[in-house]
Amino acid sequence: MSKIIEVKNLRKSFKTGDSELVVLNDMTFDIASGDFFAITGRSGSGKSTLLYQLGLLDHPNVGEIVINGINVSTLNNEGRTKFRLKELGYVFQDYALVPELNSIENVAIPLLMQGLEREEAYQKSEAALQKIGMGEKLSNLPFQLSGGEQQRVSIARAIAHDPKIIFADEPTANLDSETADNVMKAFLELNSHGQTIIMVTHEPEYARLTNRVVKIGDGKILMDGKPGDVL
Amino acid sequence: MAFRQVKRSNKATTALIIFVMMLTFLNLVVIRGILVGLIQSTINVYKERYTGDLFISTPLKKDFIENSPNIIEIIKNQPWVQTYSARYTKAGKIESTYKERINYIEKANETNGVISGINPLNENATSNLSSKIIEGSYLTADDTESVMLGAYLLKKYLPIESATFKTLENVGIGSKIRLTINGNIKEFTVKGIVRTKVDEIDMRVFMVDSILRNLAGRTDYNVNEISIKLKPGTDPIFAKEALVKSGADKTARVQTFEEGLPKFVTDMKNTFALLGNIVGSIGLVVASITIFIVIYINAITRRKFIGIMKGIGISATAIEVSYIIQSIFYAVIGVFLGLLVLYLGLVPYFNAHPINFPFSDGILVAEFGATALRVLLIMIATIIAGFVPARIVVKKNTLDSILGR
Repeated sequence: MSKIIEVKNLRKSFKTGDSELVVLNDMTFDIASGDFFAITGRSGSGKSTLLYQLGLLDHPNVGEIVINGINVSTLNNEGRTKFRLKELGYVFQDYALVPELNSIENVAIPLLMQGLEREEAYQKSEAALQKIGMGEKLSNLPFQLSGGEQQRVSIARAIAHDPKIIFADEPTANLDSETADNVMKAFLELNSHGQTIIMVTHEPEYARLTNRVVKIGDGKILMDGKPGDVL
Repeated sequence: MAFRQVKRSNKATTALIIFVMMLTFLNLVVIRGILVGLIQSTINVYKERYTGDLFISTPLKKDFIENSPNIIEIIKNQPWVQTYSARYTKAGKIESTYKERINYIEKANETNGVISGINPLNENATSNLSSKIIEGSYLTADDTESVMLGAYLLKKYLPIESATFKTLENVGIGSKIRLTINGNIKEFTVKGIVRTKVDEIDMRVFMVDSILRNLAGRTDYNVNEISIKLKPGTDPIFAKEALVKSGADKTARVQTFEEGLPKFVTDMKNTFALLGNIVGSIGLVVASITIFIVIYINAITRRKFIGIMKGIGISATAIEVSYIIQSIFYAVIGVFLGLLVLYLGLVPYFNAHPINFPFSDGILVAEFGATALRVLLIMIATIIAGFVPARIVVKKNTLDSILGR
């Protein structure tokens, strides 16, 4: 498998008064295309911080991130925004749907922003929602959906534009176990078709479903390997 | 997105925002409109009741307009003249209740004023003075023994005490008054009382012109002022120039109604316009702040979603435009409702029920041009006031917005 992400000497720290809190310290690793990659660790270990650096939602202090051959560390804000829009997909813990937009409209926003015609954007959005099992609820507003359904709409939004990588930040944290299982099934289905997924989770049973797990702590990668070896 | 946000937002909140926008717009237009209306109605009534569209008056160093008959003949022959009224004026003493006066130690019930001789028909055709009779009735050509009094000559209508200006007490319809002009004394009966809120009218005594000529010993037909009403659409400047070309200005002052306005009226007009602009500017600032607060609260409560939008790759510009469109929507609907209230409600109401000010009947002036300018200003303010708070929120760090930090 080719490398889709290369991380070199990544460092991220935060100023807290006069002191500096180092969250990620000199991390170097690669992620292969088609991986279902789980980031685990204790609470406050920097799992989400690492995801935000990889997903271009935050800037590392030091280091280089190359995604699909492009050194994204050198991109300006506008470049990063465009890159996120075209190449990346996001699934947030609390679904993050726009409350005034229905399912298909929520999914269509990034497509419309990419310049697709309305008809094409809506066709693609509907296809993504059907793929994720939400084809019956295209016109429902978020408040008319359960937590699991909202999360599936959020996944549909993440995949509708065929991103290179999907970033998921604790996507099952707010869901009951049955709904969480369904969401994980959706991820596995996507991954089985070659979709690269990077997921932060503190739940070992879901990390076990991935094909690679890194456990981080004290700003470093403590363990990296198959789920059975790490967990 | 803006359309969906407006469409699916809380209806009560949307209605409240639009209501506030409507009030803001009305605040911008109505306060200034009433201020301007006060002075505009003063000007209107001055023109309608006194000067007409063109006003020909006695030069400062003369007692009357020389060659008045010739000038009147010129006026009669102009195709753009609708009506005119030639007035004789003479200073005189007005006395009342003189028969009840017991001795000369008792203070006389008298005042000084301008006695005006008019052709009642011509005067009414020009100034519609009969519509301003508040007691009694208007003069006719046969009223050789009657006069019409301006309301401000009577204490009843101008209850002020002044060492320099006295008013008549206990005078009403049917009262006898005695006029002294050029040493000639004649008794008249009060037939009507007129109030126009124009001092030049309300401080006069009106009688039939031939009677005044006899009383004043005027053997010529030289009048003191001529008020001309032009046919609709005639430019007063054009009419004035035509009269000047005919030589009317050689023995008289020829002025358009604007030129004939007293200085205090033009000063008031300028002052009120300035006040109107100040109030309007404050209204515009208030409007901007209102929109700013509405959009800022809207944006700040949606900061997380704005962060997520940015996170999934929506450009800052698209988000800002979405908020500008929302604010324009609120402004357009608010202004539209404000226009309906203004032109279908307030303007007709104030026309029908003017505010009773001492010097005019206050109306609400809302010319389309001035209103359109204020609509434009409120739209510009809306765009700025919608953009700035959206910009403030959009510029925040994406991750901080998403995480609510």
